[in-house]
Amino acid sequence: MTPRRSIISEVFLILVAALWILPVLWSVYLAFRPLEETNKYGYVSWPRSLTLQNFRDAWTQGSVLHYFVNSLWITIPAVVLTLLLSSALAFVIARLRYRWTLPLLLVFTAGNLLPQQVFLAPLFKIYNSVGLPTWLADSGKLYDSTFGLVVINVAFQLGFCVFVLANFMKTVPASIQEAAIVDGAGIWTQYWRITLPLCRPALAAMATLLTIWIYNDFFWALALISTGDKYPITTALNDLKGQYAVDNNLLAAGALIVAAPTLVVYLVLQRHFIAGLTLGSTKE
Amino acid sequence: MVAIPLVVDLVFIWGPALATIVLSFTDATGAAPIHWVGTKNYHTLAEVDPSFWPAVRHNAIWLGVFILIATPLGMLFAVLLDRGLQGSRIYQSVIFLPVMLSLALIGIIWQVIYTTNGGLLNTLLGHGDGGGVDFLGDPSINLWAVLVEATWRQAGYVMILYLSGLKAVDLALKESAALDGANGWQTFRYVVFPVLRPVNVVILVVTVIESLRAFDLVYITNQGGIGLQLISAMITQQITGPGNRIGYGSALGVVLLLISLVPIVAFLVQQFRKEDES
Amino acid sequence: MPSAPELAFTRRSLLQGSLAALALGGSAGALAGCGSSDSSSGGGGKTVSIGSNYSDAGVKSAFAAVVADFNKSSGLSAKVNTVDHNTFQNKIQTYLQGTPDDVFSWFAGYRMKFFAAQGLASPIDDVWDKIGDSFPDSIKNAAKADDGHYYFVPLYNYPWVMNYRQSVFDEHGYSVPATWDDLMALCQKMKSDGLTPISFADKDGWPAMGTFDILNMRINGYQFHVDLMAHDESWTDPKVVKVFDTWKELFPYYSSGPNGLTWEEGAQDLQNKKAGMMFQGAGQVGQQFSKENLADLQFFPFPEIDSAYPIDSGIDAPIDGFMMSKKPKNKAGATKFLEYLGTAKAEAAYLASDPTDVGTASDYDQSSYNQLQKDSADIISKTKNIAQFLDRDTRPDFAYPVVQNALQQFINDKDSAAAAKSLEDQAKTIFV
Repeated sequence: MTPRRSIISEVFLILVAALWILPVLWSVYLAFRPLEETNKYGYVSWPRSLTLQNFRDAWTQGSVLHYFVNSLWITIPAVVLTLLLSSALAFVIARLRYRWTLPLLLVFTAGNLLPQQVFLAPLFKIYNSVGLPTWLADSGKLYDSTFGLVVINVAFQLGFCVFVLANFMKTVPASIQEAAIVDGAGIWTQYWRITLPLCRPALAAMATLLTIWIYNDFFWALALISTGDKYPITTALNDLKGQYAVDNNLLAAGALIVAAPTLVVYLVLQRHFIAGLTLGSTKE
Repeated sequence: MVAIPLVVDLVFIWGPALATIVLSFTDATGAAPIHWVGTKNYHTLAEVDPSFWPAVRHNAIWLGVFILIATPLGMLFAVLLDRGLQGSRIYQSVIFLPVMLSLALIGIIWQVIYTTNGGLLNTLLGHGDGGGVDFLGDPSINLWAVLVEATWRQAGYVMILYLSGLKAVDLALKESAALDGANGWQTFRYVVFPVLRPVNVVILVVTVIESLRAFDLVYITNQGGIGLQLISAMITQQITGPGNRIGYGSALGVVLLLISLVPIVAFLVQQFRKEDES
Repeated sequence: MPSAPELAFTRRSLLQGSLAALALGGSAGALAGCGSSDSSSGGGGKTVSIGSNYSDAGVKSAFAAVVADFNKSSGLSAKVNTVDHNTFQNKIQTYLQGTPDDVFSWFAGYRMKFFAAQGLASPIDDVWDKIGDSFPDSIKNAAKADDGHYYFVPLYNYPWVMNYRQSVFDEHGYSVPATWDDLMALCQKMKSDGLTPISFADKDGWPAMGTFDILNMRINGYQFHVDLMAHDESWTDPKVVKVFDTWKELFPYYSSGPNGLTWEEGAQDLQNKKAGMMFQGAGQVGQQFSKENLADLQFFPFPEIDSAYPIDSGIDAPIDGFMMSKKPKNKAGATKFLEYLGTAKAEAAYLASDPTDVGTASDYDQSSYNQLQKDSADIISKTKNIAQFLDRDTRPDFAYPVVQNALQQFINDKDSAAAAKSLEDQAKTIFV
């Protein structure tokens, strides 16, 4: 590649990156400015003073902590359950090594690719008619319960996870397992002690991916939770938006607070996230 | 532990998908007794409901923009980044950032750009004190405004998928092409692109599915109201709204189901072929 | 349209409600929005069970005050079974067909008559024999179903009116318009003074219903409104088209891009003196005003359009209240509770923590009212027919999303005939 073309590419990428980061930077800029100042001088103006007040207000007015905790109660159990269940099934499938098991599973779980709204009507009915003990769900039903949200998130992510993990497990050489069997290892040991540790990279990638996906899910809580107080933070955003409606600075601060956990994960675990995405799509 | 995932999948995914079809021929609501109504719901959506055809059109436009703009953009970014220029990792991180954010959050981040009440765009256009272009409310433009948000995210997604595909392209292959006097475009067209065929299929499926799944952005913008009707948003309005029109919502669900099965079947066929080859 | 307490404490999210609870010193109430599932119901005798959708912290504690006062004065023990208001409204049919509480919270209007006609509620004429004297005829009419019997006891309401700031009117020398022509002239003047004459915001989909209602009542009268909402009249009737055509004359004076504005933003424009007027629930606008500006907030009834239907012939003033289920376990107790609710004392106990709504009883002690509440009470008592707002006067599945979408479409393309036809076509599939 000639140096000149290389410079053109470089400049193009710098421009694209600048354009891409602009919306986020704009939010940051708004969030740090006092409302009185932007009202007086307009939004596009040099900052005369910066403040953390918007963040404080957004945090308290929005009961943000409360919704973060809700999100944790949904995300962590859902991720753990999904990984446990899908790795167990993937283990069995990979171990059987029948030619048809994986394709069959694929058909079975292709349903997870469908838009969520396709299942909404029956799920709405099921959720409203399945009773739960009140220690599990204070609504007494799957509907309007955190437990119900965990269930649907697990159900929706399982297929993809099983598929990816089974594929990954198939790359584990059969000899390792055979050696274990010779050593007298039971099924459980083979799964828990031998296969899972070997799958650590895939599991880490899936865990990151699932955490982000479930944390970011907006729809299930919207459809299956009726008590606003039980919303995870992502769905509560819609209410926060109404609440901050007339104050862009506050809205921007609220958005950044909500984005913070994702951004932390992004900085720390970006590689795992990308690995997860590409595992699922380009696995050869 | 092995049976659980299978049962869960059956009860919460395929069971409901099939039940949707059954419900679509009824007048089911929240509670009242259910009656068969034949194909009435389908007549209503095709001939009476003023939101249906706009919704279909909007879904199609969404798909078109993803295929014609977001995907080529993502591909271009990937190819450029793959050249290993200085700072590639930073550019990549920046372009990928929106993929990590929830769509609901994206809708809010862009709202402070689009709003008529001191938004960045209207301020730049000279309407900082109100008035100006109603990007998110005016139904002749709000779809495009939201599609900019969607593309902002989708291009990063496509970029990452291509980047991982490009890594698989043998460097030696490219070098030999260059030696043969092929220019950058020719190398891409005849050497790189064919190797990316499996990635292309995946990206096509992802693109179609994502455009059918589109929901969060329009919901957070105006609940899938005027200018932003989508099939997914209509279903949500009908079923979870005060009307609880479950039967009618199911008919809309069946439409979405049938359309979605096209890319899904395509994906399955491709996967089976891969299995056969391996 | 959500009821006023929902607006006060939830529309702008539950969070404020939780904060209000904290402010009230009841931090335990912060999570009050979580639907309680205390399903123990009284087995007759002294216990009365009450199904309540006053679920957000603020209104929940306000209602608890009412119940506590009742328990003290009656010697009975009323138990509140609180359910989140959205769930409650979406599940009302299932709830009433199952094992409902003796008394349950609900709205006046078509939605009340609907359950009365299905036999899911008990007539309470005996209650009204006792409380009837305390209420004006408009409220009495709103409490009766189609069979002529009473089914509903009101608790509070608020009127839909043209809100404005007195200081803005003083500054420019505006006067309150009495007729449509006056209104047009005022709008013209405001426009030339650089104001947005009428702040109009319909992003939420329901505020436009209020404008449709008032134009319909001013042009075609209250009875036509009722019949149209029940689909006994056709939406393609020239009378409806005329409503839309008249509405179009207002559009030049509206905020730009109303479909992209929330009503809160609209109210802010009024507060910030960018807009001259806003047609909206008085209580709703009041909530958006800061304390110091609230005294400056005034309103006038929507001007007369056709002299056959003067300004006191009808307005929207949604009423929230209670009904008795079809087979109450403790009928005597339930009756007592409803009789208690139908007193100014009960209303005052409730409104003690709500400065924007007004009591419905004629003998309500208005000395605790602020000016806004006094004016609200005044206009409601002087109006002959009280409508309940479009979404309470018609089927919920017709109001949302059918009317909601059709009005947004009309606001955008201003095509009266198309709006009327679309509404009629869809009404035919829903009212069967």
